[in-house]
Amino acid sequence: MEPRRNPRTVIDPKVRQVGFFAPPDRSQSGLPDAASPVHASSSSPSGNSLSPVMIPPPRHHSDNLIPPLPSPRSVPHPAVPSSYTAASEFSPTAASSYSSGSRFPGDGDDVSFSPGRLAKENSVKVMASSVPTVSLVNKPPLNIAATDKAGAEVLNDRPKAPKEKMSKAERRALQESQRAAKAAAKAEASKGPAGTPGAAPAKPAKAASRKSDVASASVTASEKKGGDRPTEKERKKDVPHPRMQYDDTSRVEKAKRRAVVKQTEARNRVELFRHLPQYEHGSQLPDLESKFFQLDPMHPAVYKVGLHYLSGDISGGNARCIAMLQAFQEVIKDYSTPPEKTLSRDLTAKISSYVSFFTECRPLSVSMGNAIRFLKSRIAKLPLTMSESEAKTTLQSDIDHFINEKIIVADKVIVSHAVTKIRDGDVLLTYGSSSAVEMILQRAHELGKQFRVVLVDSRPKLEGQLLLRRLVAKGISCTYTHINAISYIMHEATRVFLGASAVLSNGTVYSRVGTACVAMVAHAFDVPVLVCCEAYKFHERVQLDSICSNELGDPHAIANVPGREQLNFLDGCAKSDNLQLLNLIYDVMPSDYVSMIITDYGMVPPTSVPVIVREYRREHLWM
Amino acid sequence: MWRRSASFILDKRNDTGARPDFVSLSPPQTTASTMADTLQNPNAKVSAYYQTRAAHHGVVTSDWLAQAQAAVGKYSPESDVRSSSSAAADPGSGKPFSVIDEFNNWRKQPDLAEAVAAIRALAAVIRSSEATTMMELEIELKKASDSLKSWDTTSISLTAGCDLFMRYVTRTSALEYEDFNSAKSRLIERAEKFGEISYKARRIIAMLSQDFIFDGCTILVHGFSRVVLEVLKTAAQNKKLFRVLCTEGRPDRTGLRLSNELAKLDVPVKLLIDSAVAYSMDEIDMVFVGADGVVESGGIINMMGTYQIALVAHSMNKPVYVAAESYKFARLYPLDQKDMAPALRPIDFGVPIPSKVEVETSARDYTPPQYLTLLFTDLGVLTPSVVSDELIQLYL
Repeated sequence: MEPRRNPRTVIDPKVRQVGFFAPPDRSQSGLPDAASPVHASSSSPSGNSLSPVMIPPPRHHSDNLIPPLPSPRSVPHPAVPSSYTAASEFSPTAASSYSSGSRFPGDGDDVSFSPGRLAKENSVKVMASSVPTVSLVNKPPLNIAATDKAGAEVLNDRPKAPKEKMSKAERRALQESQRAAKAAAKAEASKGPAGTPGAAPAKPAKAASRKSDVASASVTASEKKGGDRPTEKERKKDVPHPRMQYDDTSRVEKAKRRAVVKQTEARNRVELFRHLPQYEHGSQLPDLESKFFQLDPMHPAVYKVGLHYLSGDISGGNARCIAMLQAFQEVIKDYSTPPEKTLSRDLTAKISSYVSFFTECRPLSVSMGNAIRFLKSRIAKLPLTMSESEAKTTLQSDIDHFINEKIIVADKVIVSHAVTKIRDGDVLLTYGSSSAVEMILQRAHELGKQFRVVLVDSRPKLEGQLLLRRLVAKGISCTYTHINAISYIMHEATRVFLGASAVLSNGTVYSRVGTACVAMVAHAFDVPVLVCCEAYKFHERVQLDSICSNELGDPHAIANVPGREQLNFLDGCAKSDNLQLLNLIYDVMPSDYVSMIITDYGMVPPTSVPVIVREYRREHLWM
Repeated sequence: MWRRSASFILDKRNDTGARPDFVSLSPPQTTASTMADTLQNPNAKVSAYYQTRAAHHGVVTSDWLAQAQAAVGKYSPESDVRSSSSAAADPGSGKPFSVIDEFNNWRKQPDLAEAVAAIRALAAVIRSSEATTMMELEIELKKASDSLKSWDTTSISLTAGCDLFMRYVTRTSALEYEDFNSAKSRLIERAEKFGEISYKARRIIAMLSQDFIFDGCTILVHGFSRVVLEVLKTAAQNKKLFRVLCTEGRPDRTGLRLSNELAKLDVPVKLLIDSAVAYSMDEIDMVFVGADGVVESGGIINMMGTYQIALVAHSMNKPVYVAAESYKFARLYPLDQKDMAPALRPIDFGVPIPSKVEVETSARDYTPPQYLTLLFTDLGVLTPSVVSDELIQLYL
């Protein structure tokens, strides 16, 4: 057998020191502060002032865990997930997105919590090069001092009072020193790194690296201790960030103030789903249209796509993602860096604001979330020396590359795998309208395979009808039925092909509501279920039920049957208190029901999804 | 055709078309002639892989053996001539043919695994190749590997072995610092080492499985797997007290051979007919099988009857352990029994069968992963879901 690949870097647990030791790299912190002696004195004693009987807060443990992280002596590697915006510009990649984030301390990004947004948080690991995005900075802002500090403060807020004050002060001191050094270094750095000016930039670099050392340490800590302090939202940088829960009224108020789209909350909401946003449908579009010419910061392409989302013209994970990316391409094309600002920071800020607009129109899907993460990491990776036009063309071609490789070519690969599983005489069952499944059926038909299709559809969206039209136009023999008849029709089926909006880390498939039902019935009839999903829709989070994360659609769509006035018995009842209408958009299918997942990485069992996420997330999944 | 369907009208219309798979089952009388054909014309109708296994391990009737030997003997002098001539001459059309013969020569050794035989054959290709650049050599190897694979499409370990070696070649061919000759010798060396690896693999597996065999246990084995035999041999050498129930393994009757071997080791053996498995299942503590191939879902493809035994064991809560070397991991993913390339092996019932009667001659079945407890491989003791992990790491 081939020798294994290099084992993943593992934090060496033997280095952990518990309880009675002052963490050794506290002493290292003395070095970068040499430039600001005032603060050094405060910082080094702080290291020793850890009372021996007090168990240091977890970040100290983690400090020891990762001593080899960018050593203070070297210029920091940009790959540090530091939230400190005070990090010098020598780590532009780290700094850029955070400072951009800091410009919106707890702003409209609060609104943007959604399944897609969640996707972005998960990229932060200790050694990750991908840069945690804006929402990171949006912990309930303590609104202390400058926005630059917002990120710093986040880490400092620990419930352990006396310890924390000391370290907070110490950190603040460090930050001051860094900022001073940075200001000094900025002048120097513009001339290029050299000799003594090199020392100055080295200092903030070291400080930044030490900071990021601690930051990443705390980040690890938060990973490890995430379960222990459920109330500590600030801690959970790496743990999938919980979306804004819409039953938290203060956050909702804040979000509404900054929202572009004025949404009125629906009345009569189901108690169990209060944490999900639900708005009155039909009121947003005219409102937005009227505001069209007043929305200066909004690029028209973005606006157009947002309107499409609102009205439901564009639906389906791939379509939404492609539309969004193409809108961003327009944005980048028309973008010009304002004076005194760097392209990466400013552009990331712009993108973030557009993303929050999209979220207001319709909560992000996982595919969109992953694409945004990709784009932001690409922007962050742009070298500083690149000219603006070069950077813009690079970004545009990156987006093109992403769309082509991760969606279009991936679909071709999926189709080529899937058609091998279709034999002559098969009866294929599918639900709703999935772009991947449609391509598979068309390709199999082109190849001359003899099969017929059973198309299962459901209200209120009735998406299957469009697919039915297209298939019949191609000459594929189809049977159409509603989901009520699924157990009746299932014994005829030999294979079930389903699409997915996302596949989660434990093999669960998150897709249109009703898919889980079809899969369950197929499982009961021993019919193999094949889920077709591009790999860029894989996500690290784990979901156990359909309740904690979902999307609520227009409740009136359930009550009204278009075109059948005589069936509108619920006309007046929607307003009554006794009746609550629930229109869920997604549901979750456990991995036991899935026989195989067909991705562009091949046909894998559902247990292999975390393997693919692990092996390819950082390097290839989006790039 | 026999599926229930509400839209039976549609199905009736489909049925009037010819159903090709009914025609392909060859009636038993012509087995002798088709067997002779397989060596010359690789024919998917009869699986050469299972023929070979029978030849190695089966209790064969003497006239069948005579026929087989005659068939082989007809071609071996020619193949020898061909391989020697191709060694001297330019790589021409004789090349692919000699690969297959090389392979067959290797394969005849009963102790050699299929994959190893394949890799040795490919090593012979390299040795006798006249290519001057890495690319040329790769192309030649690819051709040889493809021809080997197409010669017997039913042998999973053959395919997997070829794929593995090709993977190694393509992955390491871009090394810049070595010249062509050292690259060639490195590849040959690797191929040789592969044989050792596979032998060592059996030892590793045997060692790993010792913990699972406790004193006084009763083990059910099915089919003749050299790995399982190694496992039991090692256990016997470690002075463990256990007894073995061995299924007959029709139509190969390889179980008889296995029981012979075990009797030589002084292990108490009891022979069962295949139908008696459920009857004896409550006195069994564990089931040990080998595998012809381990597929991506974690299931195994093995001799016909394995699925049945796994089902019975699962329903009675007995663990099913699979002993397989890691080179048997294949990138297949069958959804059901019929989703694999058919591997047919004619069955001799001993009495003539009327021609109207069809015979199910498939030689193997697929056991889904939910019925398997653990896989013993040279990579360690794995659960079925890890197979895909390994395959992804290897192939992607």
